Amino acid sequence: MALIELRNVSKIYRLGGEEIRALDGVSLDIESGEFISIIGPSGSGKSTLMHILGCLDSPTSGAIKLDGVSIHDVSARELAAIRNKKIGFVFQFFNLLPKLNVLQNVELPMVYSGSFARDRRERAMQALKLVELENRAKHRPMQLSGGQQQRAAIARALVNNPKIIFADEPTGNLDSHTGEIILELFRKLSQEGRTIALVTHDPEIAAVTPRRIEIRDGKISKHLDPKLAGLDRVDSEHAARNMEQSAGTPTSAAN
Amino acid sequence: MNPWSAISIGLKEIWANKFRSLLTMLGIILGVSSLVAMSALVKGMEHGMKEALVAIGGVEKIRIDPEDIPAEQRHLEDQAVGCTIRDVYALQRSAPLIKLVTPEMRGMGYLHLTRGDREVDWASVVGTWPSALEMNEHVVEHGRMFNELDEENAWNVCVIGTGIRDQLFGSPEEAGREIIPIGESINIKGQPFRIIGMFQRYESEQEQKERELAKHQPKQQETGPARRRGWGNRGRGGYVFSAKNKTLYMPLSTMWAKFRQGGSGTNAVPDPRLSALLVKVADVELMEPALQQARNVLMHTHKGIEDFEFETQESWAEEITLRIRNARLSGGMIAAISLLVGGIGIMNIMLASITERIREIGIRKSIGATGADVFVQILMESVVIALLGGLAGLLASFGLVRFLGLLSPTENTPVITVTAMTLAFTFSAAVGVLAGLVPAFKAARLHPIQALRYE
Repeated sequence: MALIELRNVSKIYRLGGEEIRALDGVSLDIESGEFISIIGPSGSGKSTLMHILGCLDSPTSGAIKLDGVSIHDVSARELAAIRNKKIGFVFQFFNLLPKLNVLQNVELPMVYSGSFARDRRERAMQALKLVELENRAKHRPMQLSGGQQQRAAIARALVNNPKIIFADEPTGNLDSHTGEIILELFRKLSQEGRTIALVTHDPEIAAVTPRRIEIRDGKISKHLDPKLAGLDRVDSEHAARNMEQSAGTPTSAAN
Repeated sequence: MNPWSAISIGLKEIWANKFRSLLTMLGIILGVSSLVAMSALVKGMEHGMKEALVAIGGVEKIRIDPEDIPAEQRHLEDQAVGCTIRDVYALQRSAPLIKLVTPEMRGMGYLHLTRGDREVDWASVVGTWPSALEMNEHVVEHGRMFNELDEENAWNVCVIGTGIRDQLFGSPEEAGREIIPIGESINIKGQPFRIIGMFQRYESEQEQKERELAKHQPKQQETGPARRRGWGNRGRGGYVFSAKNKTLYMPLSTMWAKFRQGGSGTNAVPDPRLSALLVKVADVELMEPALQQARNVLMHTHKGIEDFEFETQESWAEEITLRIRNARLSGGMIAAISLLVGGIGIMNIMLASITERIREIGIRKSIGATGADVFVQILMESVVIALLGGLAGLLASFGLVRFLGLLSPTENTPVITVTAMTLAFTFSAAVGVLAGLVPAFKAARLHPIQALRYE
């Protein structure tokens, strides 16, 4: 059973009588332990897909199952609990709370899951060790470099031991060298068996993941999956054409 | 999220914006302190109003005066006995709702008090029982009250108030020291009496304060020809105290034997009728049943002739209650409005603060804060501001009351009551909750994605 099952999911926004299909019948499975990237230009619907996968938003139609639980007509409260326990987010702009120090930021998800203070401290320090930031625990986010802030944000995403981590353009606000370090960290976490989904517009970044999903106009236009030995079949002409075009781009060894 | 972390988040947020929080709190501080100070002033006023009422014996005291026989019973006039000592015994025996009965007998005509060439312009000279002390709230400060032996032998002894002392011996202000004339002799309508006791000086709080103040200030020079300055500056109920200070008590039997020699002839028995009966009811709440009981007993001893009437201080007490209620209402209203304004200040700041922190709310929601968590967090911030303001307001109220006391040193001392403090603090908490509701609701309803994207 897949960790996340998406079946024919659509998200439709209405803007002044006009219908915008941000997602249009997307079906997707993500297995536990996978390292996957969702790639697409801005406005393609990749962020909407991530929001729905990450339980920040609910689809207009279609079915999602996360960890065997159907996310259908659940209340905002239950969605919050799922986000808290099963999902970790890493954002482009780090999104650390400036008034709290690094340790308190990392502890925050556990505050909402109701852990005891001592337990919180211990696990937050462990997560900070994992991203090699334990000696910056008492610093404010503003006192850290961009890469350090992003590592703190990754520690925060890890701290509740989520089933899956979503990283939305995690290197978008960093220079390329720091970006490399962050990507390396994700690769390391993936090797430790964590499920990670990178959302990016940059094919070079997507190249670090074995599996890649390309979104265009709210549909999956291309699907590279090592398990399918590069013979992923998205039954749309458009997708097939795209795949041919991208044959020259750097891809993983699995292709 | 447990409430403690909500409170600590609230405290951190307040600490992070110290100056703004302080300004916001100021509204609550002023509201709470003015509420407490207002109530303290009214309480002081109430004490001032009540002290005269208490000085004449309180609301529990009822006076039973002899009255003319009603017209329809006029034909029974020769059988009427009037108020006598038998009534006192009957009431003591048969009226359980009455806890104290004291007879009062005055002399025939005015009893002139003199000593040498000094005299008293007016005094209340009464023959009574020692229980009159409790009845009329008298305190013997020097010497002693007369006892059963004095009563038995109808000795010429008396206990005087300080007003009489002032006029016969000189007041402390004139003499420069307190004269205690125990053992001295005075004349009552020409008969020598020995002073065996003197009451304490009765005065209102305001009079006492004025006197204390005058001690430390140089006496104002009188300008122009010497003159009496009339009856101003008597204050509310001031006459009650000056009259009480001019009381002279002697044993009932002495009064009867020495000053009730009415009529003519040597064998004439002194008039045994009392001038008044004073009774105290056991419970003010049971005033009416007690009056009914007393009336039944007296109708019996008076052979069904209603030649007496009751006089209570109910209307005085009611007037005080009414005036205090009005003062409390208008004062409380003003203070409540200022507290309300403080609450509006909190709401205003909280609304501005959540607009500033939409992104923070989005972050919190994305990592698992529920709407309820955000709601509680914002509400707690508002409540914490209000409670801190309330606490500071309580402290400030002590300063405010002291300041008001300095402004008018002779006014009745404001009394800060625990009730007023509890009430004001509760109000500030309620204001905090009310002010926080709308901002907290707005924050809780934010959609995580829109909040995250907010710049």
